[in-house]
Amino acid sequence: MLKYIAKRLVMAAVTIFTVATLTFLLMNMIPGGPFNAEKALTPQAKAALEAKYGLDKPLSERYVTYMKGALRLDFGDSLKQRGRTVMSIITTKFPVSAKVALIGVAVAICIGVPLGCISALNRGKIIDNVIIVGATCGIAIPGFVVCTVMLYVFGVYLKILPTMGLSTAANYVMPVIGIAFYPTAYITRLMRSSMLDVLGQDYIRTAKAKGLSQVVQLFKHAMRNAILPVVTYVGPMLAYVLTGSFIVEKIFTVPGLGGEFIKCIQGQDYPVIMGTTIFLATIMVLMNVLVDVVYTIIDPRIKLK
Amino acid sequence: MKKNPLSAQLDFNPEDFLPATDEEKQSLVVMRESVSFWKDGVRRLLKNKIAMASAFVLVLIMIFSFVLPNFWPYTYEQQIKGSESLKPFTYSEEEQARIDAGEDVFPHIMGTDSLGRDYAVRVMIGSRVSLTVGMVAAVIILVIGASFGSIAAFFGGWVDIIMMRIVDIIYTIPELLLIILLSVTLEEPLDMLALKPGFGWMQTIGTNMISIFIVFALLYWVGMARMVRSQILVLKESEYVTAARALGAKTGRIIKNHLLTNCIGTLIVMTTLQIPSSIFTESYLSFLGMGVQAPMPSLGSLAGFAINGLNSYPYLLFIPAVLISLIILSFNLFGDGLRDAFDPKLKS
Repeated sequence: MLKYIAKRLVMAAVTIFTVATLTFLLMNMIPGGPFNAEKALTPQAKAALEAKYGLDKPLSERYVTYMKGALRLDFGDSLKQRGRTVMSIITTKFPVSAKVALIGVAVAICIGVPLGCISALNRGKIIDNVIIVGATCGIAIPGFVVCTVMLYVFGVYLKILPTMGLSTAANYVMPVIGIAFYPTAYITRLMRSSMLDVLGQDYIRTAKAKGLSQVVQLFKHAMRNAILPVVTYVGPMLAYVLTGSFIVEKIFTVPGLGGEFIKCIQGQDYPVIMGTTIFLATIMVLMNVLVDVVYTIIDPRIKLK
Repeated sequence: MKKNPLSAQLDFNPEDFLPATDEEKQSLVVMRESVSFWKDGVRRLLKNKIAMASAFVLVLIMIFSFVLPNFWPYTYEQQIKGSESLKPFTYSEEEQARIDAGEDVFPHIMGTDSLGRDYAVRVMIGSRVSLTVGMVAAVIILVIGASFGSIAAFFGGWVDIIMMRIVDIIYTIPELLLIILLSVTLEEPLDMLALKPGFGWMQTIGTNMISIFIVFALLYWVGMARMVRSQILVLKESEYVTAARALGAKTGRIIKNHLLTNCIGTLIVMTTLQIPSSIFTESYLSFLGMGVQAPMPSLGSLAGFAINGLNSYPYLLFIPAVLISLIILSFNLFGDGLRDAFDPKLKS
């Protein structure tokens, strides 16, 4: 077990290192450097700025400095928001995003799992068909469509939900739905197919034959096995939710890291773009490792290589 | 010779060894016509009502986006003065005057946008862009993924280990983050490259479009590579591969003519199911303003621009939003149908 975790962690470290290197190289590939957009810089001022941000040094030296800094979680200073470090931007903005994202994940699981079960238990009946059609459509509708249509219907047309910020509980409704929409549909389908699979297994027949009650059969025997594929989906879902938050936060003006990231891309604030990319990638990769490890713990059938 | 009554020997007559007559031969011919892999798959596909309905919708959308704009009296970048922000089926004063004078003015079925461009033709071109991106990206992914996966599987050993480690690493990279990063950074170098002689074609396609293709080519092929590898690992043990090798066939020929042709079902299904996810990503990028370049529209960027005027012109948002959902849904359902028809094993 420890060997497996260690192996996964080494892999994760390699991935994060690759992402960081790629990010650094890509951002430094842009010709002209970050100060070209600023108007009328005298050569001296430009040289001074470049010296301040270390841009006058050769690429390899900058790379080593940057990676050393990144190890200490120091991604340098923001170019556009004077006097703020990238890390301070991340630490103030990320909790907001994480809160919305986690609520979204919780909502997706709490709705998707029961819906999938209901659908599987009523296989072939009307309710199953309704759920399946809904979930299939849910997977096909891009997040921005869900968000913008909600924005129009509830925010502009009916005027029952606030459209901006996160000041009250009602503000959370639309961003959370926007984030949870796709994962809910996906989990519903996943849960349905795995539940159908489990219900056909011998141990369910045995449980029935033993005369166990419906509740014990369903919750103790069927659900615990059927939910395993959903656990593996939590990792990818987190990645989806965090990148999906870019759009959701832009549409609903949520003061989170996603909206900030988009703003920085438009404003060409390279250190923030780099720092945020590496930060988010690290979180996603580590979450994937965590989910895989948890999966091997809760499913004793899995043999570790 | 007299036969021992206890002998277990069979009684043979010389007639038993005569050649069969034509009549007897006829009875051995299998009555059913032999069904090829394709015929069988197509038959199953044609029976699948949902898949056929979505194929029909897709054909309609393709006519709408590839054929119709050629006959449309407006073009997607043409700004009609005085006709800004018209509602559907309304005319500007100037156009009204022309109608009163007895001229035929083609109606703006979906109105116009804030720059006076006919919205219907912009939606058509937008879905053309989205469909093109989806299909070209899928082909790129197919080529790279299939060759990478088959080479890794065929050679095996340390080649396989190294190649699959690369796949593992790319697989765990959160691709959307890098896609955003790439589309930001590739923009300028590509723009500069497009200005050089011999690269003029890049401007006609649009450098952003090319950067999207590069991004897909770099990151999205790993799923395909894994799938192809797992299939070829099994296929390469089969006798016909040994036979081909014994006959002196070169590696490339074996991979191309024997291995990949035998997992063609998987390849088709994976490629089709790749199209909607590429369209998904493209619309995501375009919505954020990092996709195709203005004035070229895409369904994502049309929806993105429409948000600003949501109060007054909600239909500018709804039309591309519905269309993109319809495209993705149809491709998903059609892909599922293809999978059931050509590669039922893949169903999980």
